[in-house]
Amino acid sequence: MEDKITNILLAGVGGQGILLTSEILSEVALGKGLDVKKSEVHGMAQRGGSVVSHVRIGKEVHSPLIRSGEANFLLSFEKMETLRWQSLISRDTVCIVNDTQIFPTNVNVGLDKYPEDIDAFLDQNFNACFRVDASKLAVQAGTAKAANIVLVGALARLLTDYDKELWLDAIKRKVPKATVKINCEAFRLGYESMVL
Amino acid sequence: MTEQNQASTPSTRLLSGNEAIALAARDAGVSLAAGYPGTPSTEILENIAKEGSLYCEWAPNEKVALEVCIGASFTGARTLCTTKHVGLNVAADPLFTAAYTGVRGGLVIICADDPGMHSSQNEQDNRHYARAAKILMLEPADANEAYHFTRAAFELSERFDIPVLVRTTTRINHGKGVVQLQPAENISHRTFDTQRDPQKLVMIPAFARMRHEILEASLERMATYASDCDLNTTTRNGSKVGVITSGVSYAYVREVVPADWSILKLGFTHPLPETLISDFCCSVDEVVVVEELDPYLEDTVRRLGFACKGKELFGRTGELNPDIIAKGLGLDHRASDVPAKQLPPRPPVLCPGCPHRGPFTVLKKLDVFVSGDIGCYTLGVNKPLDSIHACVCMGASIGMAHGMDRVLSPEQRRKVVAVIGDSTFLHTGINALVNMVYNRSTSTVFILDNSITAMTGQQGNPGFGPTLMGEPTANVNMEELCRAMGVKHVYKADAFDTVSLETLARREVNRDELSVIIVERECILAFKDIVKPALEVNQSTCIGCRACLKVGCPALIWHEQNRKVSIDPTLCTGCNICVPECPVDAIITPKKS
Ligand code: SF4
Ligand code: SF4
Repeated sequence: MEDKITNILLAGVGGQGILLTSEILSEVALGKGLDVKKSEVHGMAQRGGSVVSHVRIGKEVHSPLIRSGEANFLLSFEKMETLRWQSLISRDTVCIVNDTQIFPTNVNVGLDKYPEDIDAFLDQNFNACFRVDASKLAVQAGTAKAANIVLVGALARLLTDYDKELWLDAIKRKVPKATVKINCEAFRLGYESMVL
Repeated sequence: MTEQNQASTPSTRLLSGNEAIALAARDAGVSLAAGYPGTPSTEILENIAKEGSLYCEWAPNEKVALEVCIGASFTGARTLCTTKHVGLNVAADPLFTAAYTGVRGGLVIICADDPGMHSSQNEQDNRHYARAAKILMLEPADANEAYHFTRAAFELSERFDIPVLVRTTTRINHGKGVVQLQPAENISHRTFDTQRDPQKLVMIPAFARMRHEILEASLERMATYASDCDLNTTTRNGSKVGVITSGVSYAYVREVVPADWSILKLGFTHPLPETLISDFCCSVDEVVVVEELDPYLEDTVRRLGFACKGKELFGRTGELNPDIIAKGLGLDHRASDVPAKQLPPRPPVLCPGCPHRGPFTVLKKLDVFVSGDIGCYTLGVNKPLDSIHACVCMGASIGMAHGMDRVLSPEQRRKVVAVIGDSTFLHTGINALVNMVYNRSTSTVFILDNSITAMTGQQGNPGFGPTLMGEPTANVNMEELCRAMGVKHVYKADAFDTVSLETLARREVNRDELSVIIVERECILAFKDIVKPALEVNQSTCIGCRACLKVGCPALIWHEQNRKVSIDPTLCTGCNICVPECPVDAIITPKKS
């Protein structure tokens, strides 16, 4: 980890809490004394569009953007969105996929079709692809809204270089005060859901 | 970033470029900050307001914002003006002459360009403004530099008596990085007054001629200063290839070029440090210029007499990234070994319960040409609403509709409607409506009043307030304003009552006089208390005709298996817009259980 840069890509749909998630992740890296660059685009995307966030962590990081094929981890908030940024990932990218589907409006109204074979495609094309039922675990923690923190927990399980305490600290600082307890529980459930 | 081990000291923070600029304004002792919301610049003023230590305001448009800043600067106060790239077009008039008057307190304009057009109607390269207006320009390459360059910009503005443009791009404004904060300036000694100096502040021709001479002379001094100031940095590694770059492109270059290439990173980019550039070009065999959009640096390198490569390798459109640069330079780069999969696109859409859905549902039925404007409602262009047919810039809808009205036949002109949001109307729509009155338009204008500047993230505006400082304020009364301008037929309508709106709109479109329909309902994201219980589709009466789907609400879901529609109760806000579309009244309010 010391000299190497860790590239983490977060993908999903506007409104799923992706920006807060990448914020927490970056704070954790900063807490470990590392350099971080993260990039995403605000604005229009909030209206239910595709959202992507690049987080790059290392001793010294220049570019805020991940290069093609070089994402080490992909935290995907929606099944189909796992493949939206295909050029940035490779077979070696470790994927954590929220086991949920959100239809774009044109699929809702029958103008487009949601691909049926995403699961098979994921299994075929990645060496490691973990599924997390984040919504279910979030409800179990106290609110469906904490699904993003469940995913943070799942990712934390894979980023073994970072102490759990760093994650919990960052969560406490970044989520609304009234929701700290629920979010810490969501983190725990996500963390423990990962069977390696 | 070299010293990384002070993560917990309060002076080291993870910040976006916009957050960093806000803190720089605070630490530089700025007294007043003004702007108009525009992605990707909006969060600068929002963070200043949140921080709470200096006066800030949203102006109705960028021209007013810059004029406010110029006035404050004339008293000796440091001021910050924020805008997105196209906003600087609106503010161009005061900008060009403020270069002549110069400043008293430092005047810094943050201009956020949007290469790649993540949230904009064009991707103009605003570096040309610095050259055209003859002002000083700095270009930070990351969030840390956004902080330090903004601080430096105030000193340079005062040192050279000139407004300073800090030109950023989306990746700088919204990208986050580790920022080292510096101690704040002590500004207790600053005093403000209204000292008169007409030769400096009154730009009548006689005085402006003198000021222009002064400006040209100081541009020469700035160029000399630029050539050895530490805002430009040279990394000498070898003499084979030298890369000249600026802004975020520098980060990408660092990522991809071989260790034995030299790099000249320019942070002070107007006037350009010509001596420094010439020296660098002489020191290497081959020169490559890496910059987004126009060949701004490249043209200067060529004018100085050096051969170089640049635009032919990387193109003039869109954002750069490390892969585009590596490819252009013929360097190694890894391609994805995961096959591409065809996915349905997921563009942004009007929210469930968005009040704009009402007027578009009606306009679609009227089958009119909709002259549109800039805001969330521009999303009405997408299927299935398909109800925006032209959109050029802030406030243009009304002028364009009038132009159509004046050349079309009386029959055809009934088929033109202008649509503009409340904030956009107050930004630059008012003048155009005055023109319609004056020049006898017969058009119909819809003002979609959702009581907020929604697209950029729900900012207050003069139509509803509050101020950026959080104070309640007097609100512009749109109806009285239109009447006062001389519009005879002004109506208010409920965006959720599409049946009444359709009747009214049909009548007014056919009227041979100008009318304004103010369609009201608050933005559902900003005013969550107006959310009502979700509606439901009665599965036994739904005939699967899909008529309701035409309103394009994300809460309405088509089920191919049983060929019926259902409503997602977690998304539906009970706005009722889909209800009259159903021919068999299958969309109902669920009975309380
Ligand atoms: S009432 Fe109809 S249009 Fe309104 S939010 Fe619900 S489903 Fe969408
Ligand atoms: S309009 Fe009514 S009948 Fe037709 S699909 Fe929608 S709910 Fe069913």
